[in-house]
Amino acid sequence: MKKRILQLCATVAGMAIGLTAFAANAATTLETVKARGKLICGVSMSTPGFATADAKGHMQGFDVDVCRAVASAVFGDPEKVDFVLTNINTRFQALQSGEIDMLSRQTTHTFSREVSLGLDFGPTVFYDGQGLMVPKSLGVNSAKELTDAAICTLPGTTTAQNLSDFFRSIGGKFELVVFESPDENRNAFFSGRCEAISSDRSDLASIRAVANNPDDYVVLPETISKEPLAPSVRQNDSNWRDIVSWSVWMLMAAEERGITQANVDEMAKSEDPEIQRMLGVSEELGKMLNLDNKWGYNIVKGVGNYGEVFERNLGTKTALGLTRGPNTRWSEGGLLYAPPFR
Amino acid sequence: MAQFEGFVADPTLMAPAARPPAHNRTWLSAYFGTPGNALITIVCLGTIFGLAKLAIGWLFVDAIFAGTPAECKASSGACWPFLSAKLRYIFFGFYPFDEQWRPLTAMLLFLGACGASMVPRTWGRVLAVAWIVVILPTLYTLMAGGMFGLTPVPTTQWGGLPLSFMLSFVGLACALPLGIALALARASSLPAIRVLGVGFIEIVRGVPLISILFMATVMLPLFMPDGITIDKLLRAQVAIILFAAAYIAEIVRGGLQAVPKGQIEAGHSLGLHYWQIMSKIVLPQALKKVIPPLVGLFIGFFQDTTLVTIVGLLDFLDTVRTAMRDPQWQGIAVLEGYVFAAVVYFFFSALMGAYSRFLEQYFRTTHD
Repeated sequence: MKKRILQLCATVAGMAIGLTAFAANAATTLETVKARGKLICGVSMSTPGFATADAKGHMQGFDVDVCRAVASAVFGDPEKVDFVLTNINTRFQALQSGEIDMLSRQTTHTFSREVSLGLDFGPTVFYDGQGLMVPKSLGVNSAKELTDAAICTLPGTTTAQNLSDFFRSIGGKFELVVFESPDENRNAFFSGRCEAISSDRSDLASIRAVANNPDDYVVLPETISKEPLAPSVRQNDSNWRDIVSWSVWMLMAAEERGITQANVDEMAKSEDPEIQRMLGVSEELGKMLNLDNKWGYNIVKGVGNYGEVFERNLGTKTALGLTRGPNTRWSEGGLLYAPPFR
Repeated sequence: MAQFEGFVADPTLMAPAARPPAHNRTWLSAYFGTPGNALITIVCLGTIFGLAKLAIGWLFVDAIFAGTPAECKASSGACWPFLSAKLRYIFFGFYPFDEQWRPLTAMLLFLGACGASMVPRTWGRVLAVAWIVVILPTLYTLMAGGMFGLTPVPTTQWGGLPLSFMLSFVGLACALPLGIALALARASSLPAIRVLGVGFIEIVRGVPLISILFMATVMLPLFMPDGITIDKLLRAQVAIILFAAAYIAEIVRGGLQAVPKGQIEAGHSLGLHYWQIMSKIVLPQALKKVIPPLVGLFIGFFQDTTLVTIVGLLDFLDTVRTAMRDPQWQGIAVLEGYVFAAVVYFFFSALMGAYSRFLEQYFRTTHD
């Protein structure tokens, strides 16, 4: 009798798990997100400028605003998003297991990640690259002049790999000094333990920003690696990937067209057919994404255009003080190029 | 003394009692008696004075108590505006700002309930039932919401000190019975049970907590069917319970071994069965003996909860760390956050230590 009850329990449990699994498989990410009433977005654990919490615990940053743009597209409200903090080791797994709907976490788009990790990348939101920073007093103007230099870095195979690739290509030598924590790394560099410090250029800018006298340090012109940072989603959900991708392109296109958070209501009255399509005044682009037709309007109203997002979180008026560099419109010599909305 | 009754000492036959050796070492001669002692004292005093001056200078004299990040950057002292600006974030993490009275109430209620439970007079079945039926459900409802008009707050947004308390105290409260059961299993004469007990304890103790948390976060979801996720907090909590149980089991086993075999034999001869002997004779004595190492373990776990950062949860120390990375304050307030965290951790650890000493005293005077 007991055995039979156990068997029954096991069967019921198995069926329950099977059913929920089936239900979860059947629902697309968009349906899941809509049913939940909130987007769940994986971001990094406090990277200045990309994702940090303000005094009220409200998340802000460049990566965070990408999440808010998608939340605006789906719900018309940039606040309808919950943030899950992910670290380097658990970020992809969080996406694969369905814990998060999208990952917006300073993640470099690479071949092996896209092909073998079960995820799809959206458009590049930030073109970064590994660089080197030295004290001005060293009198070095190019990374090629650094010979036998001690270079401070954080652990992580690609950083060291890129450095050794670069120095092998110029036939130079260097000594790697690795620190576990960003604070130690920074202080070691400031105290003169190393001649140079190497990291992504956006990161170097934030390190330079906290120096006692930022003008004492200079970022060398060489960029020794390509680091296109892009949001990612689970693979094989093409509607959801479209939503994330075109939300990002909407940010870029809005800047190209001069649509800002402040003037979006004005622009909705524009005669320009592409602006009309983007803001949902004419045609039905939103419906084609299974979204509200005013999705584009909602994105710009919610977070602004790409330029506004950049300047608010990373730009010259912030502590990071980054210039746009390659992250500017193609028409101005940058790399941002949104496909046409038609 | 009974056998000496009636014996009267004749004082004339006894040698006069010698005076105790002169003990006129005053504190002055103890510290400055010889040139060597004087030198050591002066060097120590100088060092203490120098360090105190540095600390007080940094903590108070040169410190900025109100102002902007820019003013802090210009000053050489501590930057306390950082703490006041970030205090609520440090305490409650990502818990919705307008709802933060809820974790605050929950925390006060929890500390109050703990305080009440520390008084021996309140111990008993009523207290245990009150914890399980009233206090814990109230705390959970306050934190999670979704009832009585409270907005639901998902566990991913819990953080800060309430999370530290929850993970460590709930973890240890659940791990204690499990650990005792494991210790009994390991000491059992039934081979199957003993092997299970030894196996569990050795495997769990052989693996660092961080890798158990990592397994619970990274591996477990991959084994689950698609679309099914177990709450992250629950995963971390279960991992901590299992881990703590293995360590508690070994400490309790030490206590069990210290109880003389005669106690068990006495129980048998009274006709008591195994559970009666254990619960009424052996365990009360064994647990009393292991209070100091148990409290040591508790203090350790209170501080170890910070490892849940690997799961993406921010406990108290993690909220302090992330607060320091706010671009507004980054590189300005580095030490202040850690000093504050140290003060808070020290306060609660010292409290636990003091309570442990009280318990030892209490049991020494009432039993044995």
